[in-house]
Amino acid sequence: MPLLSLTIFLPLLGALVILLIKEDENSVNNIKKVALWTSIGVFLLSLLIWLQFDNNNGSYQFEEKFRWFNDFNFSYHIGIDGISLFMVILSTFLTPLCILASWESIKKRVKEYMIAFLFLETVMIGMFASVDILLFYIFFEAVLIPMYLIIGIWGGERRIYASFKFFLYTLLGSVLMLIAIVVIYRLTDSMSIETLQGNYFTKNIQIYLWLAFFASFAVKIPMWPFHTWLPDAHVEAPTAGSVILAGVLLKMGGYGFIRFSLGMLPEASYYFSPLIMTLSIVAVVYTSLVALAQTDIKKLIAYSSVAHMGLVTIGIFLVNSQGLEGAMIQMISHGVVSGALFLCVGVIYDRMHTRDINFYGGLVNRMPIYATVFMIFMLGSVGLPGTSGFIGEFLVIVGAFQYSSIVVIGAATGIVLSAVYMLYLYKRIIFGVMTNEKLTEILDLDNREKIILIPLAIAVIFIGIFPNIFIEPMRLPIESIISNYESANAK
Amino acid sequence: MHILFVPEVTLAILAVACLMYGLFSKNNSFNKATNFATLSLLFVSLLIFFDFSTNFALFDSFFSNTQFTKFFKILTTLGAAISLIISKNYFIDSKINKFEIPTLLLFSTLGMLIMISSKNLMIMYLAIELQSLSLYVVASIKRNSIESAESGVKYFILGALSSGILLYGFSLVYGFTGHTSFEGIANSLVEIDNLPIGLIFGLVFVLVGLAFKVSAVPFHMWTPDVYEGAPTSITAFFAIVPKLAAIALIFRFCLEPFGKFYFEWTQVIFFLSIASMFLGAIAAIAQKNLKRLLAYSSIGHVGYVLIALVSASDQGLKSASIYMFIYLVMNIAVFSIILSLKKSDAYVEKISSLSGLSKSNPVISASLAIIMLSMAGIPPFIGFFGKLYVFIAAIESQLYILAVLGVLASVISAFYYLRIIKGMYFDEPDDNQTFEFTISSESKVILSILMLLITFFILYPSLLTDVVSSISL
Repeated sequence: MPLLSLTIFLPLLGALVILLIKEDENSVNNIKKVALWTSIGVFLLSLLIWLQFDNNNGSYQFEEKFRWFNDFNFSYHIGIDGISLFMVILSTFLTPLCILASWESIKKRVKEYMIAFLFLETVMIGMFASVDILLFYIFFEAVLIPMYLIIGIWGGERRIYASFKFFLYTLLGSVLMLIAIVVIYRLTDSMSIETLQGNYFTKNIQIYLWLAFFASFAVKIPMWPFHTWLPDAHVEAPTAGSVILAGVLLKMGGYGFIRFSLGMLPEASYYFSPLIMTLSIVAVVYTSLVALAQTDIKKLIAYSSVAHMGLVTIGIFLVNSQGLEGAMIQMISHGVVSGALFLCVGVIYDRMHTRDINFYGGLVNRMPIYATVFMIFMLGSVGLPGTSGFIGEFLVIVGAFQYSSIVVIGAATGIVLSAVYMLYLYKRIIFGVMTNEKLTEILDLDNREKIILIPLAIAVIFIGIFPNIFIEPMRLPIESIISNYESANAK
Repeated sequence: MHILFVPEVTLAILAVACLMYGLFSKNNSFNKATNFATLSLLFVSLLIFFDFSTNFALFDSFFSNTQFTKFFKILTTLGAAISLIISKNYFIDSKINKFEIPTLLLFSTLGMLIMISSKNLMIMYLAIELQSLSLYVVASIKRNSIESAESGVKYFILGALSSGILLYGFSLVYGFTGHTSFEGIANSLVEIDNLPIGLIFGLVFVLVGLAFKVSAVPFHMWTPDVYEGAPTSITAFFAIVPKLAAIALIFRFCLEPFGKFYFEWTQVIFFLSIASMFLGAIAAIAQKNLKRLLAYSSIGHVGYVLIALVSASDQGLKSASIYMFIYLVMNIAVFSIILSLKKSDAYVEKISSLSGLSKSNPVISASLAIIMLSMAGIPPFIGFFGKLYVFIAAIESQLYILAVLGVLASVISAFYYLRIIKGMYFDEPDDNQTFEFTISSESKVILSILMLLITFFILYPSLLTDVVSSISL
């Protein structure tokens, strides 16, 4: 059974069903239900893939390959290995939660919204599962369409500005990748990510190709100074849009760095790694300080995303097993934690329609359950031992010691600062005396919100306690990337 | 029996028949003349399709048919037929239902067919004039409208100027080579290593004249005004059909007689291409009128096709054929929507008046949004593959700079395509005016087929690329 294709295209099928439902007051609920059950089905399918996944096989599994173009060697080639497995599961895990989170807050154009979300899910899974580079590129760019619409139609006040900035900024980054892809094809006559892992290009060409890939992934992840689209997009997007943006779309950049920059262009990666380290350290320290100064909760979390992604890029370009595994765990953890934090913001935004930190205060008095789950995610973001954030940060720092102690100092400063701004945020929102009269009637989490947030809280702690479950499948592919990198640069 | 000339002769006879019918019928014969013209064009495209005697030359190499010309001729006749079908209602509705329109368009299409096949400077010039003169008239067919008359005059003056330049170029080429036929010119250049300066002048003049016809920057000035001023149905024809013939001609002229000296002409085309892509992208940002915007968008698209020409290779030829096919598909689709969309009894021409379309006509606005994304070259839609093929041709000929500039221009152009989507989806309707979408059943079928093609081309791209794979000059 083509399990992977089914996982990729089931959401599209759901979208097709929704397309056939005529939207009116009675059918809105049906539309939501179709979307929810489709995405839950996709999640179950992806769990099935995880269950059948063979940890001792370092290459692609669940492969499917069909000839696509007759005149070129492009094919519909998909597969999953240890690196993409959890990215796929992250996407399928967050989508049903996002749909559930939009249950009440999206009131207009529910039909289009659900179609956009299901299309987005197809594209995300497809991107992580592509083995053919052109297929990867098509999914990578197609992400822009639903996200543009989600920000632009259902976003906040400055949604139009934010949606255009998001679209054009990320498009500008990714078009250069298209040129790089065509060049790779011309030089090797191959389009398979799997066969291109190695060191097939001279260093000179690698440098140009690397820069082209860097342009797209650095914007996507985003690295300082290419991050300015992110705060705008996050702030203006609806809650669920922010969740997917932070949870999955940012990971496309990190995933691309591992697959393309490290895997295909090892010499250039070595050549450029000081640049990456510098930009990442600046990102970690600078954006943490910027986050500290924010008054908008969503903006604060957006800047914290940039800082956390800085740790990811440090981990990736350390190119040792601790660093890469740390970066992967950090990406998974950040996907869950930042998604959850945006959902938490969504909870109070739905009630009060403001994200101003000064508006809130003393919420623990009225919302004890909310305060508890928020604390779990906050601590996960800070990296408290026992939560998912700790594993990633710890591994990255351990790996960084083998590279340079300056990098360690930079990364550690960022981690300390992350504790400062998150705890400060938590203090201002949750603790203290409730002075704002409007807050006196605020209600605690309802059942729907509990169903959304509790799985995420469990995931944060689960990853923190059993990281090996997640590291084990990716060990072999990461090792092959490292050995390839080392043999390429040993000359 | 020279069977390869049959489609053109047939079209000439049918065009005259159409004219005669229009002249001698007592009632308003627009309807029947249009139907007749549409059927004639479809019949001729069938004749071209079943014309197996390709790779022929006729009348002492005045005229030749190859796979390349066959492909472009089929596109031209089909494009002309379809643009007549989608604009029929518009003609009737805006009371310019004169039988002269289909007749003139038939003659113009005849000119284009000869243009595509011509292998001689003389016949090339005559064919260009045949198609241009017919188009000057139809551009100003709405006599009582100042804009239409203005656009017709503007088109005529600039077109006549470009014809003059073209003719001067021809005379220089003839003077320095002693030949008017492509083969003769090519043969006389076999032994020369450097083009004489006069011949370079001639070549550049001819290229300038042809650049006018394809509306490449900096010879594009007529395009936005003519697109805006002419009745939309005529604009649709302008956007779709003459571009095909002119592009085919510029390819043949550059690659056949001057194929050996590609270094000389690629410099010119290189500049035209970059200038067209960027001006098309940047100038369109400021436009408020949908037709002007499409004019600049078509200028930008010409820039991309010219990338394929600069690559001067077989792959370039294939990529250009693919790109033009895709251009045709997207433009017919967008015009068939514009030609049927009314707001408060007036056809929609302003971008701002599209606001709120997605609420009242979700299917139409979704289609328009898909076409816009496709024009911007966003995968998974068909436009992406056009760009992909052009970039493959460019990279193959190691035109890295051109490819990089091309993708950068495509990002700029994405902005204004997105602005149309923004208007339909993000903006609230500003007034209580309602949209009205009236479309004839034939156009509906065409639009549906094209939308399926635009959306699902990704599933089976070989459908097109297999056809193109055998193309050569």
